[in-house]
Amino acid sequence: MGIALALLGAASAALFAGIGSAIGVGRAGQAAAGVVTEEPSQFSRVLILQLLPGTQGIYGLLIAFIALSQLGLLGGQANTSMSVGTGFMYLFACLPMAFVGLVSAMMQSQAAVASIGLVAKRPDQFGKSMIFPAMVETYAILALLVSILALNGIPA
Amino acid sequence: MSVLPMKHMILCAKRQDRKSILELLQRSEAVEIISREDDENDEVFSKIDVSQSSQLYSKNAAQADKALEILNTAAPEKGSLLSAFAGRTPITLSEYETNVSKRDSIMKDVNEILRLDKELVEAKADIPRITTQLEALTPWEGLEVPLSFTGTKKTAAFIGTIPETISESEIAEALAGYAPEVSAIDVNVINGQDNLTSVLISCMKSDKDAVEDALRRMNFQRPPISDMIPAKQREAYETELAVAADRINSTTEEIASYGDKRDDIRFIADYFRMRAEKYDVLGTLEQSKRTFVIEGYVPEMYAASLEKELSDRFEVSVEMQDPAPDEDVPVLLKNGSLAKPVEGVIESYSMPGKGELDPTTPVACFYYILFGMMLSDFAYGALMSLSTFVLIKKLKNMEQGMRKTLTMFFYCGLGTMLSGILFGSYFGDAPTVIAKTFFGIDLEIPKVIDPLNQPMKMLVVCFAIGLVHLFAGLGINLYTAIKDKRYVDAISDSILWYLLVGGLILFGLTTDMVCGMFSMSKIPAPLGNIGKVMAIIGAIGIILMGGRESKNWFKRILKGFYALYNVTSYLSDLLSYSRLLALGLATSVISSVFNKMGSMVAGTPVLGVVFFILIFLVGHTINLGINALGAYVHTNRLQYVEFFGKFYNGGGRLFTPFATKTKYFKIKEDN
Repeated sequence: MGIALALLGAASAALFAGIGSAIGVGRAGQAAAGVVTEEPSQFSRVLILQLLPGTQGIYGLLIAFIALSQLGLLGGQANTSMSVGTGFMYLFACLPMAFVGLVSAMMQSQAAVASIGLVAKRPDQFGKSMIFPAMVETYAILALLVSILALNGIPA
Repeated sequence: MSVLPMKHMILCAKRQDRKSILELLQRSEAVEIISREDDENDEVFSKIDVSQSSQLYSKNAAQADKALEILNTAAPEKGSLLSAFAGRTPITLSEYETNVSKRDSIMKDVNEILRLDKELVEAKADIPRITTQLEALTPWEGLEVPLSFTGTKKTAAFIGTIPETISESEIAEALAGYAPEVSAIDVNVINGQDNLTSVLISCMKSDKDAVEDALRRMNFQRPPISDMIPAKQREAYETELAVAADRINSTTEEIASYGDKRDDIRFIADYFRMRAEKYDVLGTLEQSKRTFVIEGYVPEMYAASLEKELSDRFEVSVEMQDPAPDEDVPVLLKNGSLAKPVEGVIESYSMPGKGELDPTTPVACFYYILFGMMLSDFAYGALMSLSTFVLIKKLKNMEQGMRKTLTMFFYCGLGTMLSGILFGSYFGDAPTVIAKTFFGIDLEIPKVIDPLNQPMKMLVVCFAIGLVHLFAGLGINLYTAIKDKRYVDAISDSILWYLLVGGLILFGLTTDMVCGMFSMSKIPAPLGNIGKVMAIIGAIGIILMGGRESKNWFKRILKGFYALYNVTSYLSDLLSYSRLLALGLATSVISSVFNKMGSMVAGTPVLGVVFFILIFLVGHTINLGINALGAYVHTNRLQYVEFFGKFYNGGGRLFTPFATKTKYFKIKEDN
């Protein structure tokens, strides 16, 4: 039972953060494709902006991977007799990344779409346009940090 | 490491030298020309309207570009992957002159290519038209009279289609039903398919109307008229099709035969672009009957040589003045080789405003370190440095901007290698995994700090770097204030903050909470007391000085408290540096995911190694790409938001000289 809860935590970090990034990169991709139809030379710039909401998915993977390896589910010995309490600890430790990952990726994609519009009109402002989506990402990074620290703090 | 001082140049010369002087300035790329509003009342000087010639040249350039595009579809050029970095080809002034003399014949070629392309488009449009006609003939395959055949002297013939699948006898029956008085009728089904039956029906001429009426009731429809027998008609269409295909081939070949003229056309496109640019500038100049005036900004370091060259070659009057304090002078930066690559980062934020220092050098110092910590893998750094180094050495003609960017990534790669060694990361944990999987050895990579297993320790390192970064920013603020002799600002905006933030941190390190969190040993209590005093002095000072622009003391103190509230921004700024840890971990964890995946399949005999190498290559390429992007974006963010937030406003205008804005060639001065 405990290990199932822990696995739920690991899976939801990858799951929700991944969903958020998929939605985010998809939205930004639509905007980017629109710009490239008019301005093919802007491809590399809008591609970078499109990829920005993609990092949450990677952070989710990171948390899932750390949790899985601590649980011994990656080729080690899985602790099947884990207590429910410990299982919940893993679950809760993963939640910040799961939820903040989901929402921040979606919100970041809106900033990315706006920035893609900015680059389309003023390609010289690329440096600044990158910063707006990166501001949103701060919160995903903070959530990632909390999840990592919590996972590391769970007593074995 | 500085903003270059500028001179305000006023040049007056004879109108007959106008073209040569403009060309000299354009090639020297040292002058930014100022355009003034036209003064209506000025009777001596006025501007001339050049929009027509400038438009004509732009149009020619656009035509040449179009021709190049056509050439590229007809005869694609073998370009290497590196050509994107290669930059413009240099040509000498004499080569330039030779090419200019050929411009009419080159333009003729351009027009010829455009004409051929039009022909090609027409030929291509023919193919679907003929194909449609051919398809319309299909139901009439086997008919031995032309479609326009209406009968002989005595008989009437009806050729057409009935919109259903129907047999000869059924048609005859139906006709007999609708027109019972007609006796002699001959029904031939020529083709029947897909609910469409094409028929040839003949009858006596006297029965023509009755049969026609009956057929109408059966929804009989006549085909488009044609005088040819369908089989012949088909042949004719097929020949037409072949001719069109031939025409496409031959036209394409003919276009492709201009392939060796590509460089000429490129040249002519550049040539007209340059002339258009020159004419645009010409339109902004004040001219009298015999003279003209150019006003502009010249970087001081070029001013003397430019003045000399101008007065040696022409009869001119050149005045180089110091710009007035209220002038909007453009900004050009000059930096040493280590800092120069980062100029692009400054440019894309904003150039230094009036009186501001050039922040390039401090930004560069931190840029390479911060980037390195985020990518943090020796092998990735080595790959980055190596590939950018090879590109820079191999492609001599690379554009300045591209060279700067690549050089920046070269140094970033060095930073990445350094932090890779500190964290013991070489393609993540690849050496350990490979040693274990293939050789059964337990290999321990030496590392100074292990971010994955000691995240709190690593976090402290990140915050320490962040603190240095922020205090460096504050330090520049201090330096600028002292340099401008604004001593009150220096104390209240920088020193007091040093005291407050530094004191708070010292004090924090003596508390159980902070030390417990980072599992550090407490520093001695006296130091903490010193910190406490520093923080209190800082806080009181900020309350008193934060609102010093207000005369009213009550307001001033309130504003001071608000300024003190800013201490929270230091907390959030500092926390922001936790991204160094997060992104560093992202690199190492994802590489270990790929290494692990590789080691899982590596057990398969023989193929195992191949699978391992495949997963290794693909996985690490993706990881390097994604994380290099992340490191680039977040390094910029730390510089723009956290670092610049402490001292830099920008708002300056980039120096954009009157230059040859060409696409393909760069003209060198002969000497």
